[in-house]
Parts: sequence; structure tokens; C-alpha cells
Amino acid sequence: MKAPRFSYARPDTIAEAIALLTRFGEDARVLAGGQSLVPMLNLRIAAPSILVDINQISALNGLTVEAEKVHVGALTRHAHIESSTDVSKYLPLLALAMPHIAHPAIRTRGTFGGSCALADPAAEIPACSVALDATFVLAGPNGERRVPAQDFFQGALTTALKSDELLTGVEFPKSKPGYAAAFGELTRRKGDYAIVGVAAHGFISQARLSDLRIVIFGASDRPVRARHLESELEGKEASSECIRRAATALDADVEPRDDLHATGETRRYLTRTLASRVLSDLMKVGVS
Amino acid sequence: MSARETLAARQISRDDSLVGRSIVRPNIRRHTEGGGHFVDDIKLPRMVHVAFLRSPHAHARIVSIDSNAAARMPGVIHVATGKDIAAISKPYVGVLRHMEGLRSPPQYPMAVDVARWQGEPVVAVVAESRAQAEDAIQRVDVGWEVLPAAVNMEKALDPSEPVIHESYGSNLCYRQIVDTGGVDEAFAQAHLVVEDTVNIGRQTGVPLEPRGLIAAYNAADRELTVYHSYQSAHLMQGTLATCFSMEERQIRVIVPDVGGGFGIKIHTYGDEVAACALAIILNRPVKFIADRFESFQSDIHARDHRVRGKLALDREGNILALEIDDLTGIGPYSMHPRSSSIELLEVVLFTGGNYKHKLYRARGTVVFQNKNCMCQYRGVGHPVAFAAMEHLVDQAALKLGIDPAEMRRRNLISDDAYPYTSPSKTRFEILSHQKCLTQLLKLMEYDDLRKEQAKLRKRGIHYGIGLASFFELTNPSPLIYGMGGARIGTVESCTIRLDAGGQIVVHTAICELGQGAETIVAQIAADAVGVELSSVKVISGVDTLSGPTGSGAWASRQTGTVGEAVLQAGLTLRKNILDVAAVVLQTSEEKLDIINGSVVMKDGKRGGNVSLLELARIAYYRGNELPSTCEPLFMATHQFRIKDYDFVFSNGAAGCLLEVDPETGFIDLLKIWCVDDCGRAINPKLVDEQIRGGMAQGIGPALLEHCIYDDQGQLLTCTMADYLLPMSLDVPDIEVHHVQTLTKTSALGAKGIGEAGASAPPGAIMNAVNDALRPFNAKVTRQPITPEVVLEALGKISQVSSVSRQA
Repeated sequence: MKAPRFSYARPDTIAEAIALLTRFGEDARVLAGGQSLVPMLNLRIAAPSILVDINQISALNGLTVEAEKVHVGALTRHAHIESSTDVSKYLPLLALAMPHIAHPAIRTRGTFGGSCALADPAAEIPACSVALDATFVLAGPNGERRVPAQDFFQGALTTALKSDELLTGVEFPKSKPGYAAAFGELTRRKGDYAIVGVAAHGFISQARLSDLRIVIFGASDRPVRARHLESELEGKEASSECIRRAATALDADVEPRDDLHATGETRRYLTRTLASRVLSDLMKVGVS
Repeated sequence: MSARETLAARQISRDDSLVGRSIVRPNIRRHTEGGGHFVDDIKLPRMVHVAFLRSPHAHARIVSIDSNAAARMPGVIHVATGKDIAAISKPYVGVLRHMEGLRSPPQYPMAVDVARWQGEPVVAVVAESRAQAEDAIQRVDVGWEVLPAAVNMEKALDPSEPVIHESYGSNLCYRQIVDTGGVDEAFAQAHLVVEDTVNIGRQTGVPLEPRGLIAAYNAADRELTVYHSYQSAHLMQGTLATCFSMEERQIRVIVPDVGGGFGIKIHTYGDEVAACALAIILNRPVKFIADRFESFQSDIHARDHRVRGKLALDREGNILALEIDDLTGIGPYSMHPRSSSIELLEVVLFTGGNYKHKLYRARGTVVFQNKNCMCQYRGVGHPVAFAAMEHLVDQAALKLGIDPAEMRRRNLISDDAYPYTSPSKTRFEILSHQKCLTQLLKLMEYDDLRKEQAKLRKRGIHYGIGLASFFELTNPSPLIYGMGGARIGTVESCTIRLDAGGQIVVHTAICELGQGAETIVAQIAADAVGVELSSVKVISGVDTLSGPTGSGAWASRQTGTVGEAVLQAGLTLRKNILDVAAVVLQTSEEKLDIINGSVVMKDGKRGGNVSLLELARIAYYRGNELPSTCEPLFMATHQFRIKDYDFVFSNGAAGCLLEVDPETGFIDLLKIWCVDDCGRAINPKLVDEQIRGGMAQGIGPALLEHCIYDDQGQLLTCTMADYLLPMSLDVPDIEVHHVQTLTKTSALGAKGIGEAGASAPPGAIMNAVNDALRPFNAKVTRQPITPEVVLEALGKISQVSSVSRQA
């Protein structure tokens, strides 16, 4: 369990980082918090010839609150986001999700961009970014491009990032008045990757739901919008009973896989159960 | 009581005695400040590192090995195959002579011709660094002929299954039968018969510090020195002497600090023997530290039992007879030197051993399979035995409408019935099942808890309460292994001295694994002599050459046996000191006592005091002040073994409270209570810690931990992300209380406690889950009790995943 030999570079600017990524292409890996990459190196699952350590690039770090949106720098640590009052004010869904990410030690070191770029299907931040319709900012040799969250996640551990591109940050539209958020996940142990998780965001007025965005994670190869369930509930006065009935629509939204912790059948069942609970929470938050 | 026994009892039970007090471990500061000295901290000149290519297949013939490319890799010094190692190391056989029918073929350190489990070492690469060795491993090309694998223990004896050792004709390793007679008649006449099958999954120990050693060979003197993270230095000395056809005096094993063992580090591992062989071949020190990935594939696994049980009861709920059929698969070999049949043997001998019934029949079957080897791990068989029995008792109580606590009160052996011989002919000296149960129920506020449960049930909250009574084999006599031909001692030794600086130095072969063993030694030594704790220095680590002979940390034996040797040696030193003091003070020895490091007059008269420091100064530096007839002997030695009983059993009772979410199948473990009786508790806080740590290793297999293989014999749980150990948030508050029923097999009166904690949770938790599921008319019998297992029991899903239910 010793990593194979690799070279190491620590650029100071985004441009230098991109130059390195352009030069080494698929042989390079970006090192941010190292919470997934370093174990992968030691297990020899990843064997890059060079690590591009972006920890010195200050432009990648921190939160910026703008008029309509919040920009989260790729290097911002989970712990920083978790404790940010701006996040709890403008991005309540993200604030609910952060404490579910692994353990405090990992949140201290792990980065926002790292979690997105890894694209673990059971990770919390990718799910929230899809639910909140975030935009991913990718810098490459030919400048910046913006990719909607929906298109950024392309499969298990697969994203829209090209080998010469660096994820610099994610832009979230600020939550508007009347919108509510709810989040839940089922894990074998506290801090584990979810067997299944649900992130929900929507507008609630007079106990009716609209502009609903429900994302299921951990059940498929990427975070998935539950569009059948969303349309089932759109404009409805959602009682717990109504939610429970509507949750069967999820069967058309996800095609869960088998793994060590649950069969696809169990996941499908748990997805329905958890979604019902999270949506009931959403109604409670919205009404109170 | 002899005068010596009276004195021993007085020394350890005075108002100012340290025995019985929760002293903070003197070595805790060194460890918390990072001052520990583990094998991996040791660097020897010219030291090289070994890594192993392990079989990727559960069963495969080695057709060819091409290591040319690997040998040319940077830093590589040597590449060795199983045949190369076999040329200098004899194979070993994991059988014990006193277990009739037990069979296992000779096992070589590394696979020769055929690999029989995924993870068996096949090629060793030695390089300047471990990373270089791992690089080179990837360049070794092994040609394999994959063979069909016998994976499922339930099918292992089917004629259609591949036979792992051809000459045996079947995969049977061992069979054990116990029969008191009269069982069939009892079942025929019973008011009620309860029958069920309990499955306990494969588990492993996961010590924080993985297995590891450094082997250094001195060719000039033909001596092999091994620094080893191991629980039994003297055992390894004997094993290596046999493997390399050397005399034991040519082998020196040094055990420095050890970061946890749990029974993982008491076996003969091929990779460790191979590392020693390479040190001999290369004449250079070789370091092997198992990484976590290979630890999961090669550290012994344990449990993996299927117990069919059947209970006969009368109308009042009295148990009349018990019958069990236990099956376990142990991998392709019975592990050297303890054998892999002991866990099953203990299930067969101990199931129901805490209850009054006289009629018992048990059948146990051990089979070979193409999975990693299984052997003794914390609790050995006990958790399986108590999970099966406690489940049957609860099922009977449910059918008869008797409360589970009352059911146990009626059936547990009375505290005044000892000494007691169980139907399996196990002799118990003195236990306290009833007293522990009574105290447990009080501690839990059991009746109130039941009322609370009923109230919450009406609100849709499903609490479960589970009880488990348990006992534990501790402080074994030579009957356990020695008589079976294994070089596993049961004698413990202590040498204690007063040195010139007034310090009491204690030397034993006690193995400190983090359990506080050295603290126990210090407390007993301080009391025996009559000094403060700060005056006692316990020599850390075990060294087969410079230290006394002992047997190490296994079977929860060190406190009871090493502790007694320390007590007796300390009393002798005390006597020797008083002899000199009597001369110096011109009085007689009977009039003197040692209090806080000073010799004082027993009657409290002044003028007669002299410190041990001053006596030491006189004896070592100013002997001229002593008459020539006075010959100070400030050094004493004692050796001790258990004689009167085969084993000294301890016991206890545990309860747990949990909540089951019937919609998700998730279990929230809320609280555990335990009342234990380990005889004299030398350090109650350390006893608590043993219970709590053991409980964590009992909660694990009940709810989380599982070595999962697929149907090809591939282990799927090789990282900490897949093998789910309970973490701090998964272990609830555990409240521990003590009953102290002393054993008379020693003056110290201490029984063992190291494994008891691990024994109770599988039974208590399963009973609590089933208690919670009672309104749904559902029950679980398979561990770990995953959410899927609960959902299956509730009929919410059709079946649990095939991998996690596989035997």
C-alpha cells in the first residue's frame, strides 16, 4: 500500500496549473484535499505520473456572494462551507447537506471542488448542485467554459472535465423567498457514503409545491433528478399520504444497482421511503 | 489458609492497597505523546523490505512464475517463490493430538504448486524499500490454471464440490459430538419444543497496528533475532525453531510495544515465516509490515457459524434438553499451532453451559473451503454459543408468554450450585449468573424500561430490549494446548528486585497490547512489597532471551496468571527485605511491616523506621555495616500455573436497548449495560475498558462487520470503507458494573475479562431486535443484522443480496 512513484508540481496560478495539465494530459491528476486521491494512490487504483497540487492557488479558495449568486471556489474546504453563515442564508440545502459529508477530520481537509471532480455517485455535494441548478466553471487552455450541473456529472467517477481543464468553482443561484430545502440520506454508519440520499428544493405556497427539484443520489451512477416524482407533485397540496403515494413514481426515475450493502430492490424500496420522509420534511419547513 | 495466603490477602486488600483501585496507566503518557516503540519504528542497518504477490484466485494451480522483469526493477534485491522458501523452511501442521480425527495437511509458508485461497502468498520480492518491492510485484508474471473453488461451507461436503486436499477424499476437517443420552426422550415428552437456525457471519480483528516483524540473521553464530508485533514471543520462538530446524536457543524473539492483537497475532502466518527465511537467505535484516489490504486477506478470520438449535421445555418454562448442530468453514488449512477447530469445539462445549438442564446433544462439523483461514479471535466461539442459546431462550419465553428476564431467572444455574459440571463435562469452579442477572435488571431499571417500551410502541416507536447471560473461558491450564503437542505454555514467571536506587523492578513476560497489562503488574507488585506505584518499574516488552519465560496474551489469562506470579515473587522479596531490615533494626522480622516504601514497626512504635532506599544503599554499597551472616537477597522469582481446574471461568450478564425503524430496517443502538464477574478486579477502570472494547467487537459482527466473499471466493471487503468497523458514533454508552466472586485457584483471586465483552452483544442485540419486531410478527436470525436483513424479516423486500447472505 505504497503509492507508485510520481512527480509533483505546485503551481501558484490557475494558468500554471492548466499549463501543467495541458502538458501531461491523462498522466496528471489534480491534488486538492487528497481525501480520495491519496488512498487511491496507495491502493494503486490511480497511478498518475504527476500530481498537480493546487493548494497554493489562492484564487481558487473561498466563497463570494454576488447579487444573484454565490460562487464557491473549488479549493474551499467542506468545514468552511459548513460553518459559513452566507451558505446557511443563501444556500440552505447545501448547509443541510454539509454535516453528512464523512467526518470532521475529512471535512477539514476535503475540498468542494474535489468532491465534484471525483463525482462519486453517492456524494452529497454533486446531488445538491444538481438540485440547485448550479453552474460549474471550468478553466482550460482556451479560456473558461460553464457547464450546468446536470451535464457536468456523466457517470460514476466521470465528469465533463477534460484532461487539460481545471474546475475552478461552482456558481449557485441564491435561494429565493418562499423556497424550502430538505435533505436526508441512509448510511450504514454515520459518515459513510449513502446507500441512498435525497436532496429536495422547491417553492411552497399555501401548502402547494411548485418548481420542485428532487435529486436522488447513491442509487444510480450519478445524481439523478426525480422528474416523474416532481411532476407528480407539481402544484399539489402535498400531505404525507399524498407524498407516500406519489413516491412510487420514483421507480421510473431510478434504476438502482446492487452492491455490498443493498440489492437494487432494497435500494428502490429505501429510495421511496427516504424520499417520502424528505419531502414531508420539506413541507414542514415550507409551512413553518 | 496458610500464613502465606493470609499475608497475600492482607497485602492486596488493605485500605491503602493499589489492587482494586482505578489507577491511571503509567505508560499512557508515553503512548499519547507518540513515544510508543512499535516494530515499524525500528530500523536496522542494511535492512530491506519484503512485499508479497498474493494469489488473485481462490483456488488455482501455479503453472509458471516469470520474475525476470521484476528482478531487474530498481532497488530489487531478491525474488523468491514458495518453492524457494520451502527449501529452507519445513511445513507446519495445525492439528492438536488430543483432538481425535482433526486433520490438516502440511502447510508451507507460501503456496507451492497450488494456491488455495485468494490472498495466499505466492511470490516474495525483497527490495530497498517497500514501495520498490510493490512496484516489482506488479511485474511478476504468474501463469495460473484456475481450479474450481469450494466456497460455500454448507455445500463443502457435497460430493459435487471440489475436494481441496485430494488425499482426504472430502473437505471434512473435524467432527465433534457430545451426547448425554436421554435427549430424544426429553424432546418427545416436552410441553414445548423451540427450534431455529442462527447464522453468524465472518469477522476479523483489525488491530490498529497491523502484523509485522523484522527478522535479522547472524550467520556467524547461526542466530535469528526477530522483532515481532506478536502476542506470544515464546510461542514464535518455538515455531521458528521447528520451521528452520534450529535449536530454540538460536532463536530470539523480541516483542516491543504492540498496537492491539485480539487474537490475530498468536498464529503462524506464512508471510511472517517467509520474511524470516529471507533474512536467513540474504543475511540481511528483512522487514515485513502487512498493509491493511493484505491484512484483510491474510489475518485470520473468525466466526462464520451456522447453528441449528432445539430446546425442550416444560409448562413452567424449565429447559429440559438442548440439541445443537454447528457447522463452520475454516479455509483450506487448520491454522498452526492452535488449530482451527477450537472455535467450533467451544461452541459445542459451551452452548447452554450457563443453564440448568442436564440433557444435551451437540454435533459440530468443521469443513475446509477456499477462503482465508479462520482461527481464534477475541471471544473464540463464545459469541456464537451465546447468540444461539440466548435466541432460543427468548423464542421459548415468547411462546410461553414468560418475560425473558424471568425465563433466565428460572433456568440459569443457581449461584450456590458450584462447583458445577455442565452436561458437556465442563467444570465451573464458582460463577454468579443469578447475582449478575439481578444486578443487571436493577441497573437497567428493567421493569420501567418495559413500561416505557409499551408506551412508545403505541406511538409507533419500536424499542427493543435484549438480554444475554454469558461466561468466559479464562486462565487455562496446560490442558488447552500443551497436552495436544503445541509449544504453547501456560506457566508464567516473574523476577522482581530491589535495586540500589530503591526502585522495585519487575520483569515478566506479560504482553502489553494496549489493555493495561503493565499497570496491573505494577499495582500488584507495589502491594506485594509495600511500596508506592511510583517506586515500581515494570520492564516493557517481551524478550525470550533476556526475560523470564511466559506465554503471552491469549485466553484472557495474563492478569490471573502473570499477576499471581508477580504477587508471589513480590511477597518473597518483601520477606527477604524484612530479613535484612530486622538485622539493621536489631529486631525480628515478624515485628516489621513495609508501608509506602519504608520498613516500620508493626506496633507503630517510633525509632524503628528504615526506607527501602536506605536498606538498598546498605546492602549494595555498605555491606561492611552488615554482619557476615547476613546475606541480602533483594531479588525473588516465582513461577505459576493453574492446577486445580482445567480453566478458570468468569461470567456476567448484559442488556441492550435499541430502536428499530420498521420502515427502513435501520437499527439505532441506544444503550448497553453489563454486569461482569471477573473475580478480583485489580483495576476496575481497566476492566471497564476491556468490557467496552470487547463490546465494540461484539457490536461489530452483530450489526456491521462482515468479511464478504463472492461465489468465486473473492473477498470483497478489503478496505476500511467496505469492512464496516463500528466507530465512536456507532458504539453507545456502555454502563459496566462489577460483581467480584474470587477464584480459589490463586491467592490473587483474579479471573480473566479480556474477551467477555465480545461474547454478549451478538445475543443481546439479536434478542433486542427481535423484541422490537415482535408487533410485526417478524424475527431475524442472521448476523450481521443489516437493514436488508430486517427488511427481509418484515417482508418489505424479497431477499437480501446473495453476497451478504452467503455462508
